[in-house]
Amino acid sequence: MIPAAFDYQVADSADAAIAALAEHGDDAKLLAGGHSLIPLMRFRLATPGVVVDIGRISDLSYINDGGDHVAIGAMTTHRAIETSELLATEAPLLRHVAGQVGDPQVRHRGTLGGSLAHGDPASDLPAALLAHGGVLVARGPGGEREIAASDFFTGFLETALAGDEIITEIRIPKAAGVGWSYQKFNRRAQDWAIVGAAVMLGDAPKVALVNMGSAPMRHSGVEAGLAGGGGADAASVAGDDTDPPEDLNADAEYRKHLARVLVGRGITEASG
Amino acid sequence: MEVSVTVNGERRSADVEPRTLLVHFLRETLGLTGTNVGCDTSSCGACTIHVNGESAKSCTMFAVQADGAEITTIEGLASEDGELHPMQQAFMDCHGLQCGYCTPGMVMAATSLVAENPGGLDEAGVREGLEGNLCRCTGYHNIVKAVLSVGGAA
Repeated sequence: MIPAAFDYQVADSADAAIAALAEHGDDAKLLAGGHSLIPLMRFRLATPGVVVDIGRISDLSYINDGGDHVAIGAMTTHRAIETSELLATEAPLLRHVAGQVGDPQVRHRGTLGGSLAHGDPASDLPAALLAHGGVLVARGPGGEREIAASDFFTGFLETALAGDEIITEIRIPKAAGVGWSYQKFNRRAQDWAIVGAAVMLGDAPKVALVNMGSAPMRHSGVEAGLAGGGGADAASVAGDDTDPPEDLNADAEYRKHLARVLVGRGITEASG
Repeated sequence: MEVSVTVNGERRSADVEPRTLLVHFLRETLGLTGTNVGCDTSSCGACTIHVNGESAKSCTMFAVQADGAEITTIEGLASEDGELHPMQQAFMDCHGLQCGYCTPGMVMAATSLVAENPGGLDEAGVREGLEGNLCRCTGYHNIVKAVLSVGGAA
């Protein structure tokens, strides 16, 4: 399929991208690595009139030590994350999950900011961000603001980003030595997760689920059980308070079953 | 709009619509038909090329995104005197193809994978590293063998 025609603009800075969004409003889409947007455009599920290419903003591609957190530029590729030595120590869950996205070709092009802004409930990285308790930095015409990961994913392919804002940075609290696990269940290589579960232990345990609702989600019931010392038994409520999709791979009940099993495995692995 | 790329060492420019996909630019505008179109949905890897040295699916890039980039396609691997690239030779020697449709993408993905793993790959690493490339003939066994013969751990 060939995408519908569009005007193409290159933004050479974050501010230029914001100005283009302000000018064109809902008719404009940002193009980062393109591995979420271009397939949608090819199916003509997305038909933006203006495509603003932010792929050349090289100063948004970095992984820096920010003191109590690791600061990752929004245009950093999955490949850069999965091979980062700093993240191997300080955010191994995010690093591992970046290596689970798609395939090597996708990871060479896809970006962290692009994946998060797309907000797909079946994608891997939002779960890692939620389990890490990360923060997104959004910049718009009025300046920058921080958005907690738990406030960011608001619905199916919807986020808390305003129409004229872009993500510039993702901040991951350092988590060296904290137990973690990512459990991804799928039937074919390279597929999206039928269900996925990210677990981070530590003082305030966090558990995030993939493809168990219309948006990437944390599970407060499991987290409360873990905080209360419940261990892997906390996984028994992982299907509660979820609204999983139904498709050829799995109905809702099966997804709830998978959530319990995967969260249980995740807690066990993270505790090991 | 004007797009200039260096393809297999040669500077090429053309005026294209922004919606032109890179794979169509290579095949139809530049006449480099070694890169195949398979699934059209970023799944099968038949269109894999190198962009600035890294494997990429050319069906999931617009040509305009590649403006200024260094691109290598399957046509650029063999040396000018016709001697095959070691990976191409290995696919031949190990019978890593049958119908051949996936082969250009497979070889381009494999050369990128080997370059990224200078310490050498094991079988699981090859299989995972080629998960973005589908082959409906070989059952992968001889493809894996070919890649290991070039980039396997000592």
